[in-house]
Amino acid sequence: MTNAIEFVGDVSVFSLRAIADLFRPPFEAEQFWIQLAEIGSRSVPLIVASGFALGAVMTLHTRSTLVTFGATAEIPTVQSLGFFIEIGPLVAGLLMAGRVGSGIGAVLANLRVTEQIDAIESLSIDSFKFLVVPRVLACVIALPLLTLIMDFSGLVAGFVAEYAASGISWHLYIERAFASLDWANFVPPTLKTAVFGFIIGAVSSYFGYTTSEGAQGVGKAATNSVVLCSLLIIVSDVVLVQCIAVAFPRTAL
Amino acid sequence: MNPDDSTAVFFQSVSKSFGAKEVLHEVSFNVAAGEALCILGRSGTGKSVTLKLIIALLRPDAGKIWIEQDEITTLKTEELSRVRRKIGFLFQDAALFDSFTLYENLSLPLARLTSKSQEEIDSMVVKVLREVGLAADKKTMPSQLSGGMRKRAGLARALVLEPKILLADEPVSGLDRITASEIDELLLQQKTERQTTLIMVTHDVHGARRVGDRFVVFDHGHLVAYGTAAEVESSDNETARQLISLSS
Repeated sequence: MTNAIEFVGDVSVFSLRAIADLFRPPFEAEQFWIQLAEIGSRSVPLIVASGFALGAVMTLHTRSTLVTFGATAEIPTVQSLGFFIEIGPLVAGLLMAGRVGSGIGAVLANLRVTEQIDAIESLSIDSFKFLVVPRVLACVIALPLLTLIMDFSGLVAGFVAEYAASGISWHLYIERAFASLDWANFVPPTLKTAVFGFIIGAVSSYFGYTTSEGAQGVGKAATNSVVLCSLLIIVSDVVLVQCIAVAFPRTAL
Repeated sequence: MNPDDSTAVFFQSVSKSFGAKEVLHEVSFNVAAGEALCILGRSGTGKSVTLKLIIALLRPDAGKIWIEQDEITTLKTEELSRVRRKIGFLFQDAALFDSFTLYENLSLPLARLTSKSQEEIDSMVVKVLREVGLAADKKTMPSQLSGGMRKRAGLARALVLEPKILLADEPVSGLDRITASEIDELLLQQKTERQTTLIMVTHDVHGARRVGDRFVVFDHGHLVAYGTAAEVESSDNETARQLISLSS
């Protein structure tokens, strides 16, 4: 129990330090752009493919149910609401916890065990600001953008699946998809992924940066990053959905 | 007691433990500016920890450490950064940044810590790489370098800011005798031509006796011998005598 409390305290202090150091010069702009490219652009193929597959599957399942009630016209609405409010943000968060969380954990742990972090410090460079802060910030910025990409990939795949089944036009599909979609359904759920991004960046950096177990520590840091990031994303999603529902009652469909 | 002006590094009753294991117990020694000190000892006796304490990568549990006139155990991060700029560190496995080319490894500290122009940085990097015999490899990634080349590249990075104090953690471990001799020669060159203070952890007695002016010997966290090679040879501690012996 004491260890668990100590661990939560350590992760919290580490995360707060990342926030505080974000506003303290020198600003690591170059490292931030490198990380944004690594975390953001290189995740696009995975996000698009996953969004497309999920979108098609969701339409196929929804159609078989809605046909029973003669409500197939609602398929685009269900698709857009489902993706923009919950599926897009949550799945993008979990996918990034796997791809980016494990990557950050393993890379930082490797830098630690090969004394590269010590080498950075020995050169009078603040290794925390140089390595951790740009990664956390890149995750916070990249997650909402990747979520948007996932949302639209799902929508396009939904159209393709529905077009194959009913021959619906793109114009009509989009009109129906956005007819019931309000900004409050779209903006807060997308922005909540910035919190997921912070969790991924801070937690995986914590495991990597503080590892002390040699080569075995690299594997542990990667695994622990994915497990804890995924768990915290799901738990925080429950809290954030409640907060959004209170702040924006129209999202609580 | 404060160190005098000729002191580069001064340890005063320094102790350091990791959990229940005490790695250093009330260790005191002095290194004069321009002097070469070799730290000898069996594995796990606190030699590398001593180097990390000097550059404040670790903090002592007790005792004081001076770098020239700065007592570093109480310094804040910004002040520590100023002191660290006087020190170059050659890590045991070189610790080159593996996602950077050799050029980038050397230019990073120059770009970050000096106000030199890009042309000045270029010429400085090329000059240091030429000194260690790696001028042709500036675009090479660390993973493509041999063990000896990595050590030389690590040495180049440690020297690029022209430090007054150079720390070397087992600079010749895992190298053949010829390459080890080349590294020793580079270290000796730094000491004689630039009057760099050198503190070296090594298991290579031949190299140590060639480079070192004085020696400290650690055994189970205690400093058991301290002085010139002749003084350590005549020490009443058997471990010290064995470690300094050329036949070991």
